[in-house]
Amino acid sequence: MSFINYTSREINCKIVYYGPGLCGKTTNLQYIYDKTNPTAKGKMISLATETERTLFFDFLPLSLGEIRGFKTRFHLYTVPGQVFYDASRKLILKGVDGVVFVADSQLERMEANIESLENLRINLAEHGYDLDNIPYVVQYNKRDLPNAAPLDELKKLLNPTNVPEFEACAVTGEGVFDTLKAVAKLVLQELRKGR
Amino acid sequence: MPGPGMVMYEEEFHQITQILEKLVKDANSKVVFLVDKNGQLIAAEGATENLDTTSLASLTAGNIAATGGLAKLLGEKEFSILFHEGERDNLHISIVGMRVILVVIFDNRSSLGLVRLRVKKSSEELGRIFDNLMKKAEAEATGGSSPFAEITDDDIDNLFSE
Repeated sequence: MSFINYTSREINCKIVYYGPGLCGKTTNLQYIYDKTNPTAKGKMISLATETERTLFFDFLPLSLGEIRGFKTRFHLYTVPGQVFYDASRKLILKGVDGVVFVADSQLERMEANIESLENLRINLAEHGYDLDNIPYVVQYNKRDLPNAAPLDELKKLLNPTNVPEFEACAVTGEGVFDTLKAVAKLVLQELRKGR
Repeated sequence: MPGPGMVMYEEEFHQITQILEKLVKDANSKVVFLVDKNGQLIAAEGATENLDTTSLASLTAGNIAATGGLAKLLGEKEFSILFHEGERDNLHISIVGMRVILVVIFDNRSSLGLVRLRVKKSSEELGRIFDNLMKKAEAEATGGSSPFAEITDDDIDNLFSE
C-alpha cells in the first residue's frame, strides 16, 4: 500500500523480494546498495543470523527522482527464504506494492523454487492480495552457474502467467537493475490506475 | 485488493505535527514519531537531526509486526504497548487506532509513567485525525482524483533515464 504525502510531496512504495533460501535476494539488495549514488539511498539494514542468513528482513530505502513534482521513494525488503521462517515472511508482505520473485536457476533447487512460489501466493492471499493482480516480476538468478536449468523449463514452471522476467547473476549485478526498474514501473503504472 | 494506501493532506499533517510537538514537551521526551504499520514514516518531532528516522520507522514496524504475530499465537488481538529500556535512552511504542504506531524516545529526564500518561491523551487525539483521514482518502479514491492519474509512460521512463 503506497503512502502519498501531499505535505512533503512524496510517494512511498514497498517492494518485496521473495524466493527460496540462498536464491540471492539479499545479494540483489546489496548490489543495488553498492551501485546507488549515496544521495539516493538510505542505510541498508540486514536482520541476519551470525552466518549471514536473513532472519527477519533486509531493508533498503531508495529515491528514484521526481514524477510530476512528487518525490518517489521505494522501500525494498527481502524476506527470509528458509522454509521455517514462514511466520516472518508473512509479516513482511503486509502493505506490499510490488513483488520480485527471485528464482534459483540451479536444477536441484527447482523444487524449492516451486514451493516458495506457492508459499508466496498463499501468504499474499492471507493479506487479501492476488499474485495475478499485483505488480509482479520474476528473476532467474545464478544464470552463470554450470548446473543452471534451461530457461524454457524455468519459464514453464515458474512463470506460467508470463509476467516480465529477467535473467540475472546478482553477484556480478547482471539483470539486477533491470528487474528493479521493471517492478518499479509496474508499481507506478498501478498508481496511475488509482488502484 | 486491500483498501487504499495511506494519503496525508496538509491540514491533517499540521494537526498531527502539533500533537507530536506537544507530546515531546509534555512527556519531557527527546523524539516522538509516527509510523504506519507498513513501515513508512508519517511524521517526526523533537531532536531528530542525528537520527536515521527512515530506518527507525521500518524497524519499528517490523517490531510491531513480530509482536503482533506473537500476540496472535497467544490468542491476543495485539500487544498495544511495547517498552524497551536502555542504559541511556528508552523506547515507548504504542499502536494508535489499530493502524499507526506512535514511538516516544526518552531518557532519565522523564519517566515511563509520565510518558504513558501523555501518550494516552495524544493517542486519542491522533486516533480521531486518522479516522477522518481514512474517510477522506477513501472518498477521494472513489472520486478518482489520484494525482498520478495523469502520469504518462514517458514520465515513468524518465525516472530511469540515467
